[in-house]
Amino acid sequence: MSIVIAILVIGFIALLFGALLGYASIRFKVEGDPLAEQIDDLLPQTQCGQCGYPGCKPYADAVANGEAINKCAPGGEETIKKIAELMGVEVQALDENHATDNTPKVAFIIEEDCIGCTKCIQACPVDAIIGTTKQMHTVIVDECTGCDLCVAPCPVDCIEMRPIETTKQSWQWDLNSIPVTQVD
Amino acid sequence: MNSIINRIDKNQFWKFHGGIHPPEQKFITENKPIRTLPLPKELILPLQQHIGQAGELIVSVGDKVLKGQVLTASNHPMAVPIHAPTSGTITAIKDATIAHPSALQEPCLFLAPDGNDTWQQRNICTDYHKLSRFELLEKIANAGIAGMGGAGFPTHIKANSSAAHSKRIEFLIINAAECEPYITADDLLIREQSPTIIDGINILHQLINPEYVLIGIEDNKPEAIKTLQNATKDLEHIRVCVIPTKYPSGGEKQLIQILTGKEIPSGFLPSSQGIIMQNIATCYAIADAVINDIPLIKRVTTVTGLGLNKPQNVWALLGTPVNYLLEQCEYQPQSNKQRVIMGGPMMGFTLPSGNVPVVKITNCVLAPSEKEIAAENTEVECIRCGQCADVCPAQLLPQELQWSAKAKDHEQLETLNLFDCIECGACAYVCPSYIPLVHYYRIGKAEIREQKQLEIKAEKAKIRFEARKLRLERDKKAREEKQRKAAEARKARMNSGTPEAKNEMSAVAAALARVKAKKAQTTDTATTTPQEQAVEASEKPKNPQIAAAIARAKAKKLANQNNFDTENPAKIKDKQDNQTDNKTESKPALEVSPEDKKAKVAATIAKAKAKKLAKENTAKETPSTVTEESDAPAAETVKVPDVVETPKLTEATVANEDDKKAKIAATIAKAKAKKLAKENTAKETPSTVTEESDAPAAETVKTPDVVETPKVTEANVKNVDDKKAKIAATIAKAKAKKLAKENTAKEVPSTVTEESDVPATDTSKAANTQKVAETVKAPEIIETPKVTDATVANEDDKKAKIAQAVAKARAKKEVTTPTDSKDTSKNTIAEEKKKRIAEAVAKAKAKKQQRSELT
Repeated sequence: MSIVIAILVIGFIALLFGALLGYASIRFKVEGDPLAEQIDDLLPQTQCGQCGYPGCKPYADAVANGEAINKCAPGGEETIKKIAELMGVEVQALDENHATDNTPKVAFIIEEDCIGCTKCIQACPVDAIIGTTKQMHTVIVDECTGCDLCVAPCPVDCIEMRPIETTKQSWQWDLNSIPVTQVD
Repeated sequence: MNSIINRIDKNQFWKFHGGIHPPEQKFITENKPIRTLPLPKELILPLQQHIGQAGELIVSVGDKVLKGQVLTASNHPMAVPIHAPTSGTITAIKDATIAHPSALQEPCLFLAPDGNDTWQQRNICTDYHKLSRFELLEKIANAGIAGMGGAGFPTHIKANSSAAHSKRIEFLIINAAECEPYITADDLLIREQSPTIIDGINILHQLINPEYVLIGIEDNKPEAIKTLQNATKDLEHIRVCVIPTKYPSGGEKQLIQILTGKEIPSGFLPSSQGIIMQNIATCYAIADAVINDIPLIKRVTTVTGLGLNKPQNVWALLGTPVNYLLEQCEYQPQSNKQRVIMGGPMMGFTLPSGNVPVVKITNCVLAPSEKEIAAENTEVECIRCGQCADVCPAQLLPQELQWSAKAKDHEQLETLNLFDCIECGACAYVCPSYIPLVHYYRIGKAEIREQKQLEIKAEKAKIRFEARKLRLERDKKAREEKQRKAAEARKARMNSGTPEAKNEMSAVAAALARVKAKKAQTTDTATTTPQEQAVEASEKPKNPQIAAAIARAKAKKLANQNNFDTENPAKIKDKQDNQTDNKTESKPALEVSPEDKKAKVAATIAKAKAKKLAKENTAKETPSTVTEESDAPAAETVKVPDVVETPKLTEATVANEDDKKAKIAATIAKAKAKKLAKENTAKETPSTVTEESDAPAAETVKTPDVVETPKVTEANVKNVDDKKAKIAATIAKAKAKKLAKENTAKEVPSTVTEESDVPATDTSKAANTQKVAETVKAPEIIETPKVTDATVANEDDKKAKIAQAVAKARAKKEVTTPTDSKDTSKNTIAEEKKKRIAEAVAKAKAKKQQRSELT
């Protein structure tokens, strides 16, 4: 008798938890891949496509699915380190095919040369170029991610990447403090 | 709060953690009155002299300005204007080195004083008590007053911060501690200008309405203390608090702690605790601005150090070059090692050049003698003595911070509250290992700030990227929807039964019939070589332009298809290297395939190979090198060996083999020819780009081919009988086709360049029109007959006609297209621009071609 009760009790508990788990899996279903989201947050969002994916989000998805973590050239070592930490994998050196100098740059349109073809506008992943057909175009410097994608489509080669100028705000200290000595 | 006042009244103060007692060195200047200097020859006024935003210039070069005239304006709340310190002329507005350790250049105004010192119209306010709060704030803001203690925070914002917090301000603390060694500017100012200072304090009192005003002053300024005590004798709400001398008691948070015992939590402003602090020099400036309508145009600056013969406090006009100050104080540098420091010895920075101006926050210019500067000690390892932690007034852990800063561990730095570091330099001062600790913290802070900026930027970029993707998708959908609707509307209209509808119907029916006919034709020609297909498809086209485009597209498609051929590229390389391989390779092809088709199969294989070769060529050549390549010689060098090879090959084959083999040879030759054509197009296109509308370039390309054709034919004719003559004919045919093909490919860029040239001549109506037309047609005139000659010899008239039609179509196209670009090239706007457009189009075409070949 007691064994029947035991089986019933255990069975009941199993059913209960089964139902609970089943409910939870539906109720708390996670949309999308949370890992990809986290990786996306670590990427520099230049949307440059140097990794071979059309934007940072697709690359984040790919990394979440096993793609190499060392393909983000603008992010450089820093980003690789962060992704490695997040995913618990070894830090890798930046892929040689993707290794470029990653000093921050912004696109600059030599305005007198611009013929107004709008090709760069179509290429810009973050809509940081303004202008229209047969009108001069210009780059919104604050929005430009320096992804380089507008340089190639330009038929007159009037776009160049210029390093961001140092300002008082972005300047890095490199002086020693000024000590005083006892004057006798 | 009463307990606080009680303690203050008993002269009992709190203590802040740490602090140091560096040699004060105030004796150098403290007993000399403030000197007014003669006008310098030039004043340099940086547009931004405070924290926040620079205003916009409202004067221009050459303007005559009066003393006190406002020079910049802005609606930004964090912006304060700058004013002309004396009357004179604006001589320049340009970037110049500013008073910043980075030695960066920022926009500055250059003012040449006229020596008259003429004031602008001033409105002296006799009774500031009558002024409203808003009027007072406006006066302070318009006078360009920013905190003169060192940070340069706009004063009107600070004075108004009581309104931002609902909390009532309990204490207004006037900072007269002046804790840094050497500096005596505030000391002297108090001694000489105490009535005005008290006025300033009263104005602030009126604005902020605190319960008490505390003046914090270190006990190393006895005379100033006495003056202040006398001046505030009758003022109940003002307390002069004499605090013990200790560096850095003049720090905002430190002084608050000393006077009230309150600690301002990390990340909060003092006003959140009911406390506002102002520098005593700022009070003087406020009084001057409100009462006398004198904007902030001068300040007391301590020019000190043992490197000077006459160190003294001076009234320096803002914009006075430091060199001038030093000169006036008789600076005598003893060696190159000597430097000039702006600010105090603890928190100041070495000036990058002597030509930087005095700005609103410059309280000291220090020219130490060699003896005063510490020997340059090299940094050694931290010995963990912990002295730095003992002296840190912010109660941080400097050595921990130092390690994290060196390791660039930003997270750890933030957990260690790096941003609470006031960079006072006490830790570096006591460090026995000579570690420049503050230097590391400053770098760490800058890096963290930069990182945060990048994160913000990345977030912004992400949002914009997502938004763009959404927009593109939306646009696409909208377009599809529009097309669908248009189609529906058309259908509805056609079914409506009106005569127009019937017309349209019949037009559609005609179009459908045409399409069917074409389809039938293409199935017919499916077995013929692709080249023929391309040409025949464009047979008798209604619109020559469209026909040309279709032909081109077909050719491209074919090229693409061929590139997917399973052929091993290595084999092809071998072929290229050793021509004899060609024969052996095509043999099996012959054996396997049936009689008629054999040759064609061989031809296609050969062609595929040729194309791959072409592809290889294009892949190897980067666009930049291509443009540098000189066109004609390159073309020739490419051809010369082939020209020699082709006949050789034919001869060899013909000698050894029967008719069938001759055919193979022919196909090989054909393939070769095609390969050549491909190579040419690949190489030639970019070169024509560089050459632009150079007609000769096109011709040089063509002539060798023309020469080649008869050669090949001759070679064949010599060796063989009738049949072989036929083979020769097919070769000729191939050549002709090749020419035709080459033209379509090659002509495109050149015609394009010519196209854009035509409108120029159109508008100018010069004799050029003829010339251009000639150059456009010239190559074709030369070549078409040749093509026809070659073909007509043994081919049906059809082919010749096609060739002619194509040529004609092209000619027509050239005439019709110029209308497109007419408006861009109005009159003389720029030949250059036209050129560029031409270049652009040509380049685009070349790129497209290259891409299509690569894929």
